This record gives sequence, C-alpha cells and structure tokens, in this order.
Amino acid sequence: MTTVARKHQDVTVMAHLLRRTGFGATRDQIDQYVAKGYEETVEDLLNPVAARPEDQDLMDRYFIASVEARSVGHADPQWSWRLATTEKPLEEKIALFWHSLLAVGGIKLDHGLEMLTEIDLFRRLGLGSFRTLLLEISRNPGMMYWLDNQNSHKGAPNENYGRELLELFSMGIDELGEGAYSEDDVKAAARAFTGWASKPTPPPFFLGPFPMEFRFDETDHDNDDKLFLGETGNFDGGDIIDLIVTKRATARFIAMRLYLFFVSDSPDDAEIERLTDIFQKTDGDIRAILRSLFNSDHFKSESVRFRKVKSPAELVFGAARLTDRFVIPDMDSSTLANQAMFMGQHLLNPPGVEGWHEGEEWVDSGSLIERINFAASEVGRVDSAGIQRMIQLVENAGDDVRPESFVEACLDAMGSIDLGSGSKAVLVDHAAQNGPGTPGALDGAERIVEMFQLIVSTPDYQYC
Amino acid sequence: MANTSNGNGRKQKNLVVIQLSGGNDYLNTLVPYQDGLYYDFRPNMGLKGDDLIPVDDRLAFNSHMGTFKNLFDQDKMAVMMGIGYPEPNRSHFRSMDIWHTAEPFTTSAVGWLGKANSLLDPEGKNPITTVNFGRGLPRALAMQGVSVASVGALETYGLYTGLSGARNRDAMLDTVDRIYQPMAEGGFPSRRILETGRGALDGADLLREAPEAYSSDVEYPEDNPIAQSLKGIAQVMSADLGTRIYYAAHGSFDTHTAELVNHAVLWDQLSAAVQCFTDDLKQLGKSEETVIWMFSEFGRRIADNGAGTDHGSGGAAFVIGDSVKGGLYGEYPKLGLADQLEGDVRFNTDFRQIYATLLEDVLDVESEPVLKKKFDKIDLVRN
Repeated sequence: MTTVARKHQDVTVMAHLLRRTGFGATRDQIDQYVAKGYEETVEDLLNPVAARPEDQDLMDRYFIASVEARSVGHADPQWSWRLATTEKPLEEKIALFWHSLLAVGGIKLDHGLEMLTEIDLFRRLGLGSFRTLLLEISRNPGMMYWLDNQNSHKGAPNENYGRELLELFSMGIDELGEGAYSEDDVKAAARAFTGWASKPTPPPFFLGPFPMEFRFDETDHDNDDKLFLGETGNFDGGDIIDLIVTKRATARFIAMRLYLFFVSDSPDDAEIERLTDIFQKTDGDIRAILRSLFNSDHFKSESVRFRKVKSPAELVFGAARLTDRFVIPDMDSSTLANQAMFMGQHLLNPPGVEGWHEGEEWVDSGSLIERINFAASEVGRVDSAGIQRMIQLVENAGDDVRPESFVEACLDAMGSIDLGSGSKAVLVDHAAQNGPGTPGALDGAERIVEMFQLIVSTPDYQYC
Repeated sequence: MANTSNGNGRKQKNLVVIQLSGGNDYLNTLVPYQDGLYYDFRPNMGLKGDDLIPVDDRLAFNSHMGTFKNLFDQDKMAVMMGIGYPEPNRSHFRSMDIWHTAEPFTTSAVGWLGKANSLLDPEGKNPITTVNFGRGLPRALAMQGVSVASVGALETYGLYTGLSGARNRDAMLDTVDRIYQPMAEGGFPSRRILETGRGALDGADLLREAPEAYSSDVEYPEDNPIAQSLKGIAQVMSADLGTRIYYAAHGSFDTHTAELVNHAVLWDQLSAAVQCFTDDLKQLGKSEETVIWMFSEFGRRIADNGAGTDHGSGGAAFVIGDSVKGGLYGEYPKLGLADQLEGDVRFNTDFRQIYATLLEDVLDVESEPVLKKKFDKIDLVRN
C-alpha cells in the first residue's frame, strides 16, 4: 500500500469509528484523531474524562423551564444540548443504546426529571459492569414504577418486572418466543423483587415534580426459598441478577445487541460468539467488550461500513454537529429533539418496554422526507463556521475540475463519507450536467452546498 | 385510483379526525344550563344568557359553536355525551395516548388508525391512504410498516421546499428522482429503502398536485390554522387519490386560566373552519361520503378554579356528516357530589364503542383486530 493509500485508509477507518462511537466528526477532527492513532482514540472514547467544565449550570440558566423538568417536553432540551455539543460522544451514544434496551416509557412515567436521571445513570454506568448497571436500573424508581414493581407484593407478586428483566433486558428469547428460562423462573424472579419500590421525596419547588428514590420494604418482601435457574435459596433481586449475568444466554444477548447497535444491522455469528466469550471472561465488562469490538479487523472492514441505518438521533445530531454553531443553549439547539421526534424517535419517550425497532424500520416515507429536508437545511447553513470550513476544503481540493473529483472532494469535506456506486454515478452526472459553464449553472459556494444537499438526500446517507 | 364503492355496493366513506388537543371543557361546550349544581360549581366559569344557544330545556351549546348548533338542527351531528374510558388518567400525555392506541390498561406503539390503515391497504400500495396535517406523527396513526404523509401545507410539501438557496430545485429533484429507483434484492442501498424513497417521492408529487385539481369558491380564513388544515383536506379529497383517513389537530384547549376568552376563541375558529369545510364538501360532492370525528383527551374538572378549569375525566365527542344520524347519544353525566368521580364527571360510553362504529361503518374494516375485543357499535352512520 502506498503512503497516500494508507493515509486514505486510516482516515476512512477513523471516520467510521467516529460515526459509530458518536455522531461523526468534522474533517479536521478526523485528522487530529488519525495523528493520535486508532487504538489510542478508542481508549480516549472508552474512558471519557470531562473535557471542559460541566455544563449543567449553563443549561439551567438558559433552559429555565427544564430545571427540575416536569415533563419529557421540558426535559429534552437538556439532552439535545448534550448530544449537539458533547466532547465525550461515546458517553452519549452508550446512553442512547441503553435508553432503547433498558427502556423506561416516558408516557406512563410522565416525569421529565426522572427520565433525565435515567439517562445520567446510563452515562455513569453504561460503559462499566453490566451486573452493576442491571442492579442499579432494578433499583431505579422510574423503572420500578414503569414495570409495576410498586404493585408487586409478598404473597401477590406482579410478574411484569421479573418477565421483562429476563426477556428484554438480559437472557432474551428466540424467534419462537422461547427463552433459556421457564415461566417458573419468571415467577421466582418476581417474588425475589417483592418489596423493591420507590417513594417520592419533597419537591424542591412549589408545584415541582417529586424526585423519586429507591425504597426497600422488608415487610413486603418474600423471604421464602425460591427455585431460580436451577438454584434454590432465599433470593432477593440482587441474587437474581447475580445468577442472570453468569448465564451464557445473557452474555450472548448483550453481545448481539451491542453488535447490532455499533457494527451492522445484519448479525455476524462468529463475531457475536467472540464477543460473548469476552463478556463471560470479564464478568460482563462492557468497556472490555467494546474495546475488543472496535479494535477488531471485522469492525474496521469495508463489509460493515455503511451497513447500519442511522437512528433519527444519529441523523439529526450528526448533521447538526457539522455546522459547529452551538455556543449557548438556545431555542435552536433545544428544538433538535423535536426533529428526531418528527423522524420517529421521541427521545425520553420510547414507545414501549421493547424500546425502538431499529435498523431499516427507522425509515418510512414520512420520516424519509423529514430526514432529507432536515439534513439538507443543516448543510445549507452557509453562515455557520462548520459549513464554511467544509466549503473551503472543497475549494482547496485543487484545480481538478472533473465532476468525479468534485463529488469526491465534497464527500471528503463532509467527514470522509462515501456512497454506493449507483448513487455516486448519478451525482457525478448531476455535477457534469450542472457544472461550470453550463447554462444557469451555479458556481463557487452555491454549487458546493448544492452537492452537500444532494449527498444527504441519497439513500446511502441514511446509513452510517 | 379512487374506488368509490366497496363489496357491499355501499358508497365508500372517508374519515376526517379533528383532535381537540389539551382537554376540551365538556361542561362549557354542552352546558347543563338548567342545573343549579352547574352554577354552584362554576361561580366564575358558568355560562348563561347570551353565552348559550339552547338545544332543549336542559342543555345548551356554547354560543361560539354556531356552526355545530346548525349541524345539530339539521340532524347531521351526533353528540356523544359522557364519553371516556375506565380508570381515567388525567395526564395529557397518557390520556391522549390511551385515545390514540385504544389501550386503557397497557402501553402500545400501534395507533388505532395506523392499524386500520394496514387493514385498508395491506400491501402498502398507496403511500397516502392516510394524510396527516401537521408535523410529526400522532401515535393514532403510527404502526411499523405503515406509511403516512405528514403535511405542513400542501403547496410546500415534499423535498427542499423550505430550503433557502436551492436555486436549482428542479434539477436537484430530477437527480434525486433518478437515485431512488428500486433495484434487485441484496444491493446497497437496500431495496426496501429505495422503495420507501420511491413511495415518498410519488406520494409527495401526488399531494403537491392536489391543489391544482381543486376549485372552489369557499374562502377559508387565512389566520385560522384549523381552517387551513381542513382546506388542505378538501384539496386532497377533491383529487381522488384514494386517501381514506385524514387527521388534523386544533388547540390548545388546556384552559387552566383565562378560560372564558380562550375557549371562546378556539370554538369560534373551529366553527368557522367546519362551516367552510362542510360548504366545500357540498360543492365537491363529498358530503355523503365524509364523516368527521372530533374528540379530546379528557374533559375538565367540574368545579372551576377561579380563572379556568383543571384536568378532568369524561367528556363530549362529536360525529358529523350528511350520513350521520344526528342527535344526543349517551347520558349527560350527573353533577351531584355522590355522582362525581374525584371531582370529575363519570363516563357512561366507552370511546372504543365509537371507534368500533367508525371502523366498521365508515372505514369498512373489522374492528376486532384493531380494538382486540368486540365492542357494541352505536347505530349512528347511515349506509
């Protein structure tokens, strides 16, 4: 491989890593990371440190209605701001991952503050031990209320949490609805979680929401022996989780979901087996699994590049971040969450305990029009610093006026992205038909921006 | 594309949903003006005298509902009194969700009309079987695999319409059109995404052309958003594109304060809008086949709070059209303390009975797959 080809390869793979671990990156950010090195970048991403002072005070000052947020509508400007500006992209990305997997329904909870608490929990624990995360989400007041554990009592257990814990959060079921556990295991788990509930605490503001906290009611807990997954004992919820996380079904379920979220919409059995082994060897250390995943040849290979449909959050914040225009938390940034909602992903309000159906199901005819129009308007913000730099990069690309080179220069400036050969050929054709010297042709920045807008309109751009 | 009759030889009907968002105050919509309890509980918000248009010796419409009183007098409006669902929820969010999914006891990602759409067009052949006026999809219309066009305004619907710059919009659209050509299975981008794009572009073309086919001398007020949405619906109807479900929202009815002013404005706007719309339907020859359904997520508290009313339960809903058997349905809830439900009126008609009626007698689809249960229909739609 020549030096130029290797450099191109490094940039392409780095751009891929940054799309999957975050929301893509600008061209100059990619170069900075390439200079740092791939594995070093992976370590940085996996170990986010505060890159600047925490911005909670800033948000509280500008998003006044979102302080102690009552509803999801009050709360989502806060997450919008973080997604639009974070310098710790994997922290937000892993929060999105768990938000859809350990889904708490905003509609039933109707409590903005509690939903933000949920997301914070995923930021803090999402890259650590799965055991700890599962224990903490099981002690989370929002989750307890959402899945009816409030109504689960000694002698009259409510099975909702026990069932979803096994089916949707850990061991999973196959296509036929069969899991590596039985109905009796569901009942035993439900008994073990009796007495786990929540209580409201006094609100900081008059008429404000009541922050909730975990409460264990010993008198309402079933202290009899339970038979769970072949073991017998006086188990409580923590013991149930300890047993669950040692099972290969759990390791495989989480490995599969991580693969689908970070690598490709089509599972690769061999790679998922490999990740399952790592889960078991490391007692479910999510950071260790992701480290091995991102550093694998499989992840870096062309076969998985652009093989995952972008979620609305990935599309919205990926396009918005290109503009580099967010300085203070204002209306402009707070409404980004609405854009994702128009495309079918209402953040902080997953449609049900299954989270969102991801992959190709994200795209329907209504959402596709929203996706294209939004992304086209973002890359059309010629007054923003980010788009200015992109235009400059294309202009700097040199004197080569062939339409192929022009399209390639635009793709590179947008963060080293690529298109399939079919779409690219049509865009090259467009560049040729409407190139300099043709009647009514655009030139300079206008022509470049138009090509950016066409690129984000392709079906190929719907993938990351 | 329009198929004007179904297997039974009956004329095919269309459903127009008008959602009154925010919780419409039932008691000040249909007022029990001879009931002293009403005035006892509403010392500040009680309507009397010129604020009322009496229906009978018991009930009166709010005076800002002139159009609706006329429709009622012509037997074209069915008023569903005391409508609701068991174990009412007073959160806007959750209660609207219950009306959208027809699931009072569990949460669901499938909307009742999304499901109805999937029954009307099982293979997803027509991307505009349902047209929603407004951004983003109400959950009522949501279902994986069901395409719904969500339109701000017809004239500007489609790609790049709000884009500044885009001088070469036509050339850009030609290029995008060339890209979204479905190809063989197994390629990249996937056939499914390409076909979706094709449907979106074709649907947008159809909808954008609808205003051209439309001609009418009804003048919808410009500064009245619900009137503009209903005008868009009339335009799509006039183009006969096979659309069966139309959706629009009006509000906000969340009148915790300044209720007397705000509630009046909202009903004035709605009266003007529906007057234009029903006149227009007559001109377009669509009166017989169009049924309007108006609902709100809940009614409001019986007792006023001084300046307005708070969230309640139970309410009124309306079914309107030339093929509707007008009149009062259900019972007006009693206001006495013993009859109240935590300060609210008790419902006596489950809204899912109306859904069953609308599904079977308007959209001609089976109601059971949508509602998961058989509900008794209410005989209010003529064939």
